[in-house]
Formats: sequence, structure tokens, C-alpha cells
Amino acid sequence: MFKRIVHSKGLGSAVALFIVLLILPPLVPRFYVYILALIYVTSLLAMSLNMVVGHGGMFQFHHAVFYGVGAYTVALVLTKTSLPMWIGFIAGPIVAAITGLIIGWFCVRLTRLYFAMLQISLGSLIWAIVFRWYSFTGGDDGIHGIPMPSLLSSLNNSYYFILIILVICLIMMYMILKSPFGNALQAIRDNPQRCEAVGINVRRYQLLGIVIATFFAGVAGVLFVVLERSVFADLLFWVFSLEIFIMCLLGGWFTFAGPILGAAIIMALRTFVGKYTEYWTLILGVILILVIFFLPEGVMGYFQEIFKPRTK
Amino acid sequence: MLQVEAIVKSFDDFKAVNGAHLTVGKGEIVAVIGPNGAGKTTLFNLITGQLKRDSGKIVFKGEDISELPPYQICKKGITRSFQIVNIFPRLTVFGNVQVGVLSHQRRSSNLFLPAQNIAVEETKRILETVGLSDKEKSIAGSLSHGDQKILEIAIALGNEPELLILDEPTAGMSPEETLATMELIKRLAQMRGLTILFCEHDMDIVFSIAQSIMVMRQGQTIIQGNLEEVRSNKEVQEAYLGGE
Repeated sequence: MFKRIVHSKGLGSAVALFIVLLILPPLVPRFYVYILALIYVTSLLAMSLNMVVGHGGMFQFHHAVFYGVGAYTVALVLTKTSLPMWIGFIAGPIVAAITGLIIGWFCVRLTRLYFAMLQISLGSLIWAIVFRWYSFTGGDDGIHGIPMPSLLSSLNNSYYFILIILVICLIMMYMILKSPFGNALQAIRDNPQRCEAVGINVRRYQLLGIVIATFFAGVAGVLFVVLERSVFADLLFWVFSLEIFIMCLLGGWFTFAGPILGAAIIMALRTFVGKYTEYWTLILGVILILVIFFLPEGVMGYFQEIFKPRTK
Repeated sequence: MLQVEAIVKSFDDFKAVNGAHLTVGKGEIVAVIGPNGAGKTTLFNLITGQLKRDSGKIVFKGEDISELPPYQICKKGITRSFQIVNIFPRLTVFGNVQVGVLSHQRRSSNLFLPAQNIAVEETKRILETVGLSDKEKSIAGSLSHGDQKILEIAIALGNEPELLILDEPTAGMSPEETLATMELIKRLAQMRGLTILFCEHDMDIVFSIAQSIMVMRQGQTIIQGNLEEVRSNKEVQEAYLGGE
């Protein structure tokens, strides 16, 4: 059964897992419901980053910015305007995608490390704006007590909402990666020069990939607000970007579901080891070193390799 | 069909291509020969837009293409294979060829249809033509060197080019593989009415299939002509053939 989950072909197992997660909330303590929901939000963020990094081969080092932009957009619409709430929910991902379009437009003109450096710089610029603009974003205080629709008022309802949106997004991402566009994106990752030679406008596809990924990062940002009802500038800080980058690396960035596993591992470490010591990142560091040396394709990649159907 | 006129490309002070000329007629098989470092690959990179020329002109079907980026040149009907194997190592053989086919059909930006159902027939037909059908599910990076070189050509065919440019298609191949590849090239030219421009080290290969031969030395064209003209040219004999 595990083999099937790993290969993401076992639709049955995935549905079974989904049902288990659906009936879980009344059965486990509130704290675990909260942690699970936080893992879902972070998973979606890591998955969105992996579209660019793992499948697109672009060094999007500062991805958290788009998560933060999505979260702040919905927070600002809900607190500063009297627009209907659903507009905030839709605006989050859209504004994130537009930010992605603008930053990406500059970044795809560069390659590799230069792409990464420019991306970090432009991203940090947005962080600085959010961090300093007290009158608008609340600066380093953030925005708290964001009102939510009554439907999402209880933790369990938020949990269900987040889980369902996560599943919808995962299905969409899966379809996109299996589409001709997904193929082209992965081909560009493997060999951009060759793609140009078969008539693919590499920059345009990379930019489209970034826009799609930042859209999903924006969705994750909105879900974060649904769960936490607050936003703060740390959401856009580059250290957090590094953390989600590590999630992709840990889980396996050439696999579809690897980043979910990576996100779950890191969130679990932070929660359960973080209780005993504030130096939990030390353990993360050791794990990361071991993964890089022994499982270069990530944890999920490793299991995929083991359970690969023998072709004879 | 293709005219290259007095083209120049320098890297810093080194003139890799220094006023080369080349004419390729429709349906012809044209070879470019010359010693190592003569500028053959650079010339090809200029034609397909991987490099920008310093001066000179490249005209394809009456249109100046010397300022276009590679992906637009490809859309005009010129595709190429590379000297150093240049495939998508993580994709399957099928996936490799499909990238080109989808791009040609302008369906690469389709976001929501599963790619495995699109352009299957065309892709399979190409794999059959080049003889890679039985390996279509293999990961491209795991193929033998010879098969990877063939895959190179197959990827280029996906765009249904009018002019196919092959940069040392048989480099690093065993004698049998070389022979098979040459047969393939001949067959492609006949079956698809392809115009083919290639460069090659092996003189036997060149003389066996090329209808027109251009000889390069130090970035310049010594002569372009048929087999006899090239063979009888004094300068060519000194520069190149004489050594053998």
C-alpha cells in the first residue's frame, strides 16, 4: 500500500488517507488538529515552491514573500475595507501571483545564482516595506484578530476548509505538472538550451511557471490567515524561505508529493523537539546532512527508488 | 534555401568564424568539413541563433534570420542536433521527443490536459522512423551513447523541420552505429524530403552521402562544391586532405 502512496498512482490509498484526515478532528486533541492544519498550509507552500525549484529548476530562494503577500492581502482586505470577505480570499492568491509576475519578469532574464540573488533582493525589498510601513501593514506588530466568516469560526471548520482547499490545489498542481506545460517546464529544467532549439520560448514558460507557483503560495497565505487570524512580517522573512526550501530538499524535489513529507517532518520537529530545546534546528541540520549524503533524491525520492516497479 | 554571407564571430580577439560563406539548396545534403577549431560548430550555432553574429548575413527562405532568438528560428523551420549529447536526461525517450512535437504543434502551454494523451501518434511515428520504439519508456539518461545521439536527431525531427542541422551526428559512435546513422540520415532526406546540413570528421561518411561539401579553415570558407571540385582543389589538399 505504501508503494502506491509513494507512486501517487494509488488513488484508493490517497482517498483512504483523505477520509482518515477528515474524521480525525473530533477524535484527537485540539492541539493536534491545529498542528495538522498548520502542516497542510505549509505543505501547500512547499509544494508551490517545488513547482519552480524541483520541476522548473529555478532558484526561487525567496518564496515566502508570496506567501506573505497572499496572507497580508487577505488580512488588509478583511480589516481595512468593508468589501465582502470572499473578495479578500480571492484577492490573496491573485495579488501574490501579480507580485510573482513582476519579480519573475526581472528574474527570468538571469540564470542560476544570479536569478537567486535578484530574487532574494527583490523579495527582501517587499519584506522591508511590510516591516516598516506601520500605518498600513502594522510593521513588526503585524495585524491580529482578523475577522473570519462565521462558517470558519471554529478550529475544526478551519481544519476542514484548509484540508479541502489543499486537496483541490494538489489535484490542480498534479494536472499542471502532467500537462504539456508541465512537460515543457521539466524539459527546461533539464536543458534550457535544447528547449530553445526546439522552439520553446524559455523565459515565457519560466515566467508562467513562477506565476502559477506564486498563485498557490498566495492560496497558502490565505489559509494561514484562516488558521491563525493574524499576520506578521516574519512570514516574508528570508529565513522562512530557506526553511521551505529545505522542506523541498528533504522530501525530494523531483517527486510530486515529496515537499508534503518534508513540510510534515520539519513542522513535527519544530513542534515536538522544539518543546524540549530551542536548538531543534541543530537536529534538523544533522538530518539534512544525512539526507544530502545518503538520500540525495530526498526521503520521498528514496522510497520511490526502493519501490520502483521492476521493469523487465 | 539557406544562404550564409560573410559571417563573422569573434570571442574576444579570436575570430572563430571569419567571413564564411555557405549555400544550401532545397533537398540537398550539405556537409561542412574542416580541421578541429575551424569554426564548424560556431557556424552552426550562428545559424540556429545560439550565438549572435558580429557581422554578415544569414538568409533562410528569403528572410534575414540573423537577429532572431533560437526559438523563433526553430519556428521558421530550422532545427538542429548537438555535437555533445544534449537531451533531457530525466525524461523518458518518449517524453524527450514529445517536447519537440508539442512545441511544434503550439500546444506546450496547455495547462490542464494530460500530456500523455497528446501528440502520441506523431511522437511514436518519429520513434519508429529512427528505430527507438522499443526503448520509448526508458529514461533518456540511461541510454547508450549511440542511442542518445539518435535521440538527439529524433528530438529535432519533432519540429518537422525543413532544414535539419546535425553537428557531428556520429561523434563517439562505433563503426556499426555510424553506418546505421548514415543510413538513417539518407532515409530521412529521401522520405521526408528534408534538407540536411551536417558537419563531420569522418571523410568516408562525408563523401558517401553529401551532395555538396563546404571546406572551412580558420573560420573561413576555402571552397564549396561537389565531391570532385573539392577533391581537386589545391588549397583543400594542402590544408586538409593532404595530411591523410
